[in-house]
Amino acid sequence: MNHLALEVPKGRIYGFLGPNGSGKTTAIRMLCGLLEPSQGHATVLDRRLPDEAEDLRHHIGYMTQKFSLYQDLTVDENLRFVGRIYSLSDEQWRRRMTVARDRYDLGAIGSQLAGTLSGGQRQRLALASATLHKPELLLLDEPTSAVDPETRRSFWDALYDLADEGAAILVSTHFMDEAERCHYLAVLDDGRKVADGTPNQLKAAIGVAIVDLELADPVQGRNVLTETAGVVSVAQLGARLRVHVEPSAGDPTGLVRSTLEAAGLEARPVAVKPSLEDVFMAVTR
Amino acid sequence: MRRFVTRVFAIAAKEVVQLRRDRLTLGMVVGIPALQLILFGYAINTDIRHLKAAVADQAATAMSRELITAVEASQVADIVAGANTATELEELLRRGQVSMGILIPHDFERRLASGDRPAAQLLVDATDPTVLATATALTELTLGDPLRRPSPGTAPAIFEVRAYYNPERRSEVQIVPGLIGVILTLTMSLFTAVAIVRERESGTLEFLINTPVRRSELMIGKIIPYIVIGLVQVSIVLGLGVLLFRVPVRGGLFDLYLAACVFIAATLALGLLISTVAKSQFQSMQMIMFFFLPNILLSGFMFPFEGMPRAAQIFAELLPLTHFVRMVRGIILRGATLGEVSHEIWPLLAFFGIVMTAAVLRFQKRLD
Repeated sequence: MNHLALEVPKGRIYGFLGPNGSGKTTAIRMLCGLLEPSQGHATVLDRRLPDEAEDLRHHIGYMTQKFSLYQDLTVDENLRFVGRIYSLSDEQWRRRMTVARDRYDLGAIGSQLAGTLSGGQRQRLALASATLHKPELLLLDEPTSAVDPETRRSFWDALYDLADEGAAILVSTHFMDEAERCHYLAVLDDGRKVADGTPNQLKAAIGVAIVDLELADPVQGRNVLTETAGVVSVAQLGARLRVHVEPSAGDPTGLVRSTLEAAGLEARPVAVKPSLEDVFMAVTR
Repeated sequence: MRRFVTRVFAIAAKEVVQLRRDRLTLGMVVGIPALQLILFGYAINTDIRHLKAAVADQAATAMSRELITAVEASQVADIVAGANTATELEELLRRGQVSMGILIPHDFERRLASGDRPAAQLLVDATDPTVLATATALTELTLGDPLRRPSPGTAPAIFEVRAYYNPERRSEVQIVPGLIGVILTLTMSLFTAVAIVRERESGTLEFLINTPVRRSELMIGKIIPYIVIGLVQVSIVLGLGVLLFRVPVRGGLFDLYLAACVFIAATLALGLLISTVAKSQFQSMQMIMFFFLPNILLSGFMFPFEGMPRAAQIFAELLPLTHFVRMVRGIILRGATLGEVSHEIWPLLAFFGIVMTAAVLRFQKRLD
């Protein structure tokens, strides 16, 4: 981790995008004060870590990548425990539980052991636990990596509700569809922030031209293009290839077409708009 | 058949690699047999000497002093305290400060001369039958010029032995109170030894340490339920002891439970400390076994404390069970009050304080 500055505004969802091993989990743990920087310090919500980590804990919520609530307690018992550990009064707890049961759809499973919940139910319980004390900053470490798209969508609806209530939310992910849902994004690679901005800003600033084409023999096409000067990267998507070309190449589509024709391959390449995945590939290469 | 061998070998080789990575287990492979051998070989000795004794020399003559010298020369007893009356000797016995009182009455020389009854008395704490047997050996003691005395066998012994607290020499009377401590040592330390490491293994620790809970709050909260469970265990062992083995309970129950509370807390704290060191629940169990062995063997529960070499005795003083066994025998069998055995409770409180502090300091609300 090196000079990582993230500005997560209130009421906004900030995406933290990076390949496996890029340091997303490490960064989030450091922001919670769970890991001590080997050098220097971190400042979160104007509190200096690690010295003021304890004070910070009242103001942040953290949802771990792996389910970390008590599997041998029921849903309600887990939430009761969370309420007590954050010193909520009984009255406060009851009020917030009414909201949480509704928002996270926990009403029917209150007396079910957490260990017997489905992946989606666990995510909802974990989010309910991480937000029961109304944190100013919510840190979510790959929250939906274990759930289906439908569950992911309803999970995100809950996140938007929380943001709307004024929470600042930081979500780490390596899913592009999840990244698309964020207001802002930072791309992390090898512990450093390599790009940031809104999803549209990132796409606009990608710095490569994107060429899409379909081929009868995509593997050979990939091999040919990878060797070509001016081609930054080639990704195969079934029978299609997605080619990143240096903008200095002038006519990217022409370059790809002529290269393939020279190799005896016929294709009709078209220039397309970059997706977030293109951004991700381009900046973490 | 060849596939059988290959696959068995694959499993065995994997086990060896995993074992090699687990330093603690490897240490235990060497440590436990070595510890056992040393404890059994050197420390355990049922041939006891140097019982702590108090003397009430009411005669205070040359002859009575000669008797005291003879007792010390026998090495059976070390005179560590003086008293004036039989009552004072009994008080010292009850407090557990001595295991034997020597009462030399005013008319010691007259009794000795007349020779129709024992001239002096040995007041022995017979809760441990081994101690009684050793003390009884003193009745074979003779005094002065053997020629002046009648032939051995005809004269009564100098000492008359009065066995206190367990005159029938029933070993279960001695075992049951100590067993309370042994059972608590094992169960209590096991409960908390997995307390932190289980949270770590199941992943809940990462959630827990991110909450505002303080380290001390976590540790104290972890031990409170088990103190109650420990007291339930005390009641079970004591109840069955009285019911099935007719163990006399001479002291106050409140004193007993209070003493048990302190002991339970000390043992739970040790479990917690182990839990902050261990990397897995299995490692915790191994460390508990490592701790349990010397407790059983050196605490005086199984073998008399007086029979152990000095070094083993000093080490045994560091074990909570040693103090609890003395205290619980004092309260249950000798009817001592907690105040009378308070010299045993301070070491337990100190143990609890030090170990609990170490556990809190060792536990960090961090993952690195």
